[in-house]
Amino acid sequence: MRQGFRQSMAWLHAWSGLLVGWVLFAVFVTGTASFYRSEISQWMRPELVATETDPGRAAERGAAYLQRQMPDAMGWFIELPTPEKPAIAVMWWKSMEGPFHQALLDPETGEPTSARATKGGDFLYRFHYELSMPPMLGRWIVGACTLVMLVALVSGIVTHRRIFADFFTFRRDRSTQRGWLDAHNVAGVLGLPFHLMIAYTGLTLLATLYMPWGVRTAYKGDEIRYFVEAGLMPDLRWAAGKPGTLTPLGPVVAASVARGGKAPEGLSVWNPGDANATVVAIFEEPHGLSHHHPQIAFDGQTGAVLGQAGAVGAATGTGTVMAGLHMGHFAGPALRVLFFLCGLMGAATVATGLVLWAVARAPKGAAPAGFGLRLVRALNLGTIAGLPAGVAAYFLANRLLPVGLSERASWEIGAFFAIWGLVALVGALRPGPRAWSQALGLVGALFLSVPPVAALTTGLNLPGGALRFLGFDLMMLALGLGFVVAARKAAARVGAPLRRPARDLTGEEALRA
Amino acid sequence: MLASSAHVVRFPFRRPRAACRGLRALTGRTAPTPAYRAAVLGRILLAALGGYAVAALATGLLALVLPMPRSEAVTTATLTSFAVMVAVVVAVFAARSLARATALVLGLALPLAGGLWLAGAFTG
Repeated sequence: MRQGFRQSMAWLHAWSGLLVGWVLFAVFVTGTASFYRSEISQWMRPELVATETDPGRAAERGAAYLQRQMPDAMGWFIELPTPEKPAIAVMWWKSMEGPFHQALLDPETGEPTSARATKGGDFLYRFHYELSMPPMLGRWIVGACTLVMLVALVSGIVTHRRIFADFFTFRRDRSTQRGWLDAHNVAGVLGLPFHLMIAYTGLTLLATLYMPWGVRTAYKGDEIRYFVEAGLMPDLRWAAGKPGTLTPLGPVVAASVARGGKAPEGLSVWNPGDANATVVAIFEEPHGLSHHHPQIAFDGQTGAVLGQAGAVGAATGTGTVMAGLHMGHFAGPALRVLFFLCGLMGAATVATGLVLWAVARAPKGAAPAGFGLRLVRALNLGTIAGLPAGVAAYFLANRLLPVGLSERASWEIGAFFAIWGLVALVGALRPGPRAWSQALGLVGALFLSVPPVAALTTGLNLPGGALRFLGFDLMMLALGLGFVVAARKAAARVGAPLRRPARDLTGEEALRA
Repeated sequence: MLASSAHVVRFPFRRPRAACRGLRALTGRTAPTPAYRAAVLGRILLAALGGYAVAALATGLLALVLPMPRSEAVTTATLTSFAVMVAVVVAVFAARSLARATALVLGLALPLAGGLWLAGAFTG
């Protein structure tokens, strides 16, 4: 019976992992990059340099711009400038179904900045949970894949009886398959707490989307009421249907500073043209693990304080800590590096698992590979080499596309998908022993070319000093060198005779394959 | 002990062994039979739909009956729901047969649905 249980879990691990592996790899890579989302955005908008701006004046400039764009909006959002993001980011929308318009304003003038149009790090961040699909569809697909990932983790743990011993086992010289198995085990086991945490907290971040049934029974589906009672947002007022005049936002910011102790991160304005307009000041999350932004609501006509959200109960506090763990905002530089490395290890676990699946099923001798195996091999190369190539192309396009190009941000994203698709397509059409080393070599070359291309295009007259993006350049070089080393390893395998295990795998080893 | 050629793990239960043996005699290798494929598909559907149903029912019921403020009960139930679903999925694939797995899912779902009915969730 025990043997049967582990056997069924081994089957479940192999197939559930294969089913979602390609999506999970893409989510892991773009999600890991998102730990440095604001750094990527800064690099992609080199024209923006830090300026000293009064938050109250910035809020009023944002409101003046929005008043011209959509005075009868359902909502505005004004993100105040910071040294990391020295611009006023504004959003405005007519309904919660969207579309959500956005612009980046110069804090000095209140007009759109002259910075190149780009989605910056936000593209990679949103891709990691929406896959550039219609948002709800993408979120459900990523959610389903994440749940299957949890199933694969649990069944993987059951499969590995000797989890501690495996940890110190790396038999890369024994056989190809054994080497991949050990690499998969080391990356999976070493990062296991992180993998479990990141998958579960990823689901709970969108918990009321995936599992709305508690809100449905206890609140009859009134999600806003639930958020208000849980202390996650202040009580908002419905639109009165009568026109009103919005109070100047400068004094609102001053009142927020007086009450909240510091300037808010941003202001949301609900029904700005209505007599019941509400301004909500949203503060940076306080120091600690929890991802929970204190908020103060103001009357949009008089500027009087309406209410406050801050204190949450134990369960809701657990939820906000889970969200905080997923995003890692609490982490200082060193801990953020650790999160980044754990994310890379997650991507490596998925990649080695996918390769292992194909290696374990390679036909012996001269027997031809079946269609399923060829499909898996093509998708493996297309994802594991193709996606990083797309990320590098996204960065290169940011520097190579003309600054004044219309629809520029879309062209950058187009470069991401075009290079990804190209690598996948060539890999699928020309499979062969050299495909992996060539594809990985291309990825390495693309990443290595990012710093020189940046130096030649923007580097010489970079506002804020030529060494401003040294960290980003070093990261590109490190990634590029990593892929070049991987390409050389893959090329070395081509020449060597394929080493099969001297004897057939025993039952348990086969199980774990 | 698996057959020596089994680098590949095949789902171990309720496999129509006689059919596989016959096939192996004919072709020298085993290929999944239609019955085996149907059994695997059945488990996948039961795990996905049954797992979600049990998690959804448990979330709806716990949100109503947990002895804490309403918002806290909803949060607790919702945060726990994904663990419930993972547990059901694993149990469905660990069960000895598809019939047992179905009985397990129904054995969880029906009492939960009954509890929800008693708690008045279906009366609007």
